[in-house]
Amino acid sequence: MSSIVCKDLRKTFQQGDETITGLDHVSIEIAEGGFVCLSGPSGSGKTTLLNAIGGLDTPDSGEVTIGSTRIDQLSKGELADMRLNKLGFVFQAYNLIPVLTAQENVEFVMQVRGVSAEERAKLSRSILQEVGLAGMEGRRPSQLSGGQQQRVAVARAIVSQPALILADEPTANLDTHSSAQLMDLFVKLNEHHKITFVIATHDVRVMRYAKRLIKMQDGKIVSDELQEQQPMAV
Amino acid sequence: MNITLRMAWRNLWRHKRRTWITVSAMVFSNLLLVFMISLQFGMYRMMIDNTLKAFTGHTQIQRQGYNDDPKIRTSIDDIVILADDVRDSLGSKEVAARGISFAMTSSEQRSYGLQIVGVEPEYEPNVSSLPGLVKQGRYLADMDAEEIVIGSVLARNLRVKVGDELTLLGSGREGSIAAGIVIVSGIFESGSADIDRSMAQVPLGYFQSLYNMDGAGHTIVVNTDEISRVTELQSRVAGIIPANKQLEVLNWEQLQPGLKQAIQADMASAWFMYAVLIVLVAFSVLNTQLMSVLERTREFGVMMALGVKPTRLGSLVLTETFLMSSLGLSIGIILGIALTYYLTIAGFAYPGMEEMAERFNLPARMYPSLSVLSILLGPGIIFICSLVAAIYPATRLFFLQPVIAMRAV
Ligand SMILES: Nc1ncnc2c1ncn2[C@@H]1O[C@H](COP(=O)(O)OP(=O)(O)OP(=O)(O)O)[C@@H](O)[C@H]1O
Ligand SMILES: [Mg+2]
Repeated sequence: MSSIVCKDLRKTFQQGDETITGLDHVSIEIAEGGFVCLSGPSGSGKTTLLNAIGGLDTPDSGEVTIGSTRIDQLSKGELADMRLNKLGFVFQAYNLIPVLTAQENVEFVMQVRGVSAEERAKLSRSILQEVGLAGMEGRRPSQLSGGQQQRVAVARAIVSQPALILADEPTANLDTHSSAQLMDLFVKLNEHHKITFVIATHDVRVMRYAKRLIKMQDGKIVSDELQEQQPMAV
Repeated sequence: MNITLRMAWRNLWRHKRRTWITVSAMVFSNLLLVFMISLQFGMYRMMIDNTLKAFTGHTQIQRQGYNDDPKIRTSIDDIVILADDVRDSLGSKEVAARGISFAMTSSEQRSYGLQIVGVEPEYEPNVSSLPGLVKQGRYLADMDAEEIVIGSVLARNLRVKVGDELTLLGSGREGSIAAGIVIVSGIFESGSADIDRSMAQVPLGYFQSLYNMDGAGHTIVVNTDEISRVTELQSRVAGIIPANKQLEVLNWEQLQPGLKQAIQADMASAWFMYAVLIVLVAFSVLNTQLMSVLERTREFGVMMALGVKPTRLGSLVLTETFLMSSLGLSIGIILGIALTYYLTIAGFAYPGMEEMAERFNLPARMYPSLSVLSILLGPGIIFICSLVAAIYPATRLFFLQPVIAMRAV
């Protein structure tokens, strides 16, 4: 139900007189429960592809289907609702609301979804515990380390039990230890909650976690291989 | 507490200084408006009170047409009897009959044209402050005595003192000659040079015989304790007076249209100034909120990427403005009340006030009048305009593209 199908996606950007190709006729299928890494050099189109899948940006041509929904045909409002209710996003950094505490950051999305205050408090606490942040609920982002912030962001992404999590360079600002912790968490969520993961990364240590590794270059998919997950020793 | 509200409140204090500067602009404007509007209201009240108390009164019974074209023949028959009836029916002593005409008034040395008012010496003090303002000699006492009280300016012009004789020469009701000799019994200082120069009072009985009025007069002044009840009084009096005598009851606005116009003109010019102030505050709010929206572009982009809709982000910005304006409103009102309340006790004078004071018979110190309206009117408008000013920054959020917004620094 949360399988992803991209057909012949094309996306270009206009930079002055120059036309930059972000995605060049990309087609992929990602099955439900997948744990996929997108790798490739800088500028190869990883972020552009994630944005297209997440409905943050509309491709010039081609189709994106999540489950049974053609999301390239949804309105802005419908896309927002889809992101709110079905998707989880984890970005590179600085993606928490600075004036809210860890717990409030997690609760905020739930409040927008109309979850009752009681339910919110209960869920957010247990999720923060699950990502290993018990006792830090009341801290603001500025009082948390990069790894801890990223885990709050993950908590925020998974609290609504999405079927799909899109992560763009989630470990870019993390040290080896924090990266490994975060990836272990992703693997756990993938196994226990059957959440599909699509992770864009440069980081070879992250790629080792993938069940499927897709390499991109110049907006094209250049290789697509299944592999054994090889978690790092923490 | 709601997370959005908490978020709005904390966002306000991300730039403490900037927020306080904007709040200060609001506080200052609100304080100024509370004070200015209260002062204005106080001044208008005094203008009305003093002008009406000196002479016009709150309402008058007149023959129809007299107010527009005061002719000596447009009179009320048996006016003293009618005044007695009105007094009895209302159960009020604040009723007094008058006759009004003109006369050339001469002393041994000089002559001046004057308005001569015949009054009931017993009741006139109940409707007018003038009898109490006699500074030399005494006020009129006997209904038929051949006496006159004149203003201090006229006394100086005519070069007469209490006890001197004046000759009155005018025309009576049927075109006869009205001529008489009266003795100056008192000299009043009303505070209005105009009244002190051009008006004199004689007893109504004497007035009627001098002008051949045959018991008639021109107006009956009827006052009330509370000026806000004038309309009520007007209709009560209209119910008392006989219907078949072509009489009408006029209120002070009809009797003194100039007073109302002066108030309106003053109000208009004051509001022009207030409008400038209000627009400046609104722009300061606009600027603050626009800056605050622009510098949070990335944050808003992230929220939109999470699925938060622009309407919700817009209402966050409006909530922030609401909180900021509430702060400005409450502090401004508290300080405004404190300052104004102090001045309602201590009084206040400002340059340029003398002209107005002179014209409308006002004291040299003003006392503002605090009321719910004078407190809330200005700050309320500023509050609303601030919210309106935040609409533009809030609408910017509808044009944000999450992907582009998240790239912003
Ligand atoms: N908004 C934009 N305007 C212009 N060009 C863009 C825009 N977004 C992406 N591009 C271009 O599209 C191409 C693909 O960009 P994309 O961000 O997808 O790369 P990436 O693989 O995520 O790179 P990185 O690893 O550095 O994050 C690049 O050449 C980039 O310069
Ligand atoms: Mg990228």
